Amino acid sequence: MLPGARPGGHRAEGPAVSHFVELWLYLSATPLFGLTATLGVYVLAHAAYTRLGQAPWANPVLWSVLVLALLLLATGTPYETYFSGAQFIHVLLGPAVVALAWPLWQRRAELRARPAALALAALAGGGAAVAVALGVGWALGLPVPLLASLAPKGSTAPVAMGVAATLGGEPALAAVFAVLTGLVGAVLAKPVLDALKLRRPEVRGFALGTAAHGLGAARAWQVHPAAGAYAALGLSLQVLLAALLLPLLLPPLLRLL
Amino acid sequence: MTALQGLAMLLLAQSAGELLVRALRLPLPGPVLGLGLVLALLAWPPTRRVVAAPVEAAADGLLAHLSLLFVPLGVGVISHLGLLGGHAAALALVVLLSTIAGLVAAALVLQALWRDAPVEPTA
Repeated sequence: MLPGARPGGHRAEGPAVSHFVELWLYLSATPLFGLTATLGVYVLAHAAYTRLGQAPWANPVLWSVLVLALLLLATGTPYETYFSGAQFIHVLLGPAVVALAWPLWQRRAELRARPAALALAALAGGGAAVAVALGVGWALGLPVPLLASLAPKGSTAPVAMGVAATLGGEPALAAVFAVLTGLVGAVLAKPVLDALKLRRPEVRGFALGTAAHGLGAARAWQVHPAAGAYAALGLSLQVLLAALLLPLLLPPLLRLL
Repeated sequence: MTALQGLAMLLLAQSAGELLVRALRLPLPGPVLGLGLVLALLAWPPTRRVVAAPVEAAADGLLAHLSLLFVPLGVGVISHLGLLGGHAAALALVVLLSTIAGLVAAALVLQALWRDAPVEPTA
């Protein structure tokens, strides 16, 4: 349609077309658009995902983001306009992080049964992800603000945004990296863990939640209930580790780079 | 109604977390402190009786659709196409390698240290 068109900007392109354009301009400028488009596209993407037997590459978040991004670019709709509606979904990320208290509480028996194994696995997974991200990023010459935005990407998006801000990174980029990380983890977990011959659903779930936060946990939940519970555990531990350790450990390291 | 009560409790815990983080200048996100507050409420029997059922109902609803909640932020990629495009190959490699590293490290360590505990029959 009209790239860069603003609501209220009229163009004469024949009565039928201009009528349609005016309707579009009205709709795309109301918060209703962002909310409806997000939910509508996600529901369709999720239906396709279910029909395709929940194949990892058919991940509904991946396709929803692609379709919505292309829709906004093709129609010249600014992200801010879209977000004025989509924020009603976005604000629920906060209480969703708080809600992780529930699976943690439910799994307190497992936590008490093997606290050392789980804590060490969480530290190893989170530490390896941060070290590789900083090491490879530094070797490839990425600027420090980008590195600071990449470091907390393994914790869930709202937490990554908060931690990136305290590290001198860009919260919006941290959110994008967190979502990309979740997608990569959700898509690659099956082939990678199969190649390592790791079959135990608890181990697979914990690794998914550790490396790919909420998107990995969502994937694990669809595959196996025990995997889902351990993914929630892994993701909650990562949230705590990232929020408590990264602001303490990373600033001196980032100053050296 | 139970789920709505639970959502109100989660939002209250998050708000308390945000306020405490700002008042005490803590270096952690408000929702994480809110998570800790809810855990404390669940651990103390008198408050557990009040919050457990509503928090469970709200958490089930929110966490079942967790992936939907990431879509608005993901679409935000279009606002940073310039910066991302300039470093696209490096960023793609960093995200790919570090995610695989985290996945493999967590899985191998937990598998190596796994001992079957008498908690519950394996599902």
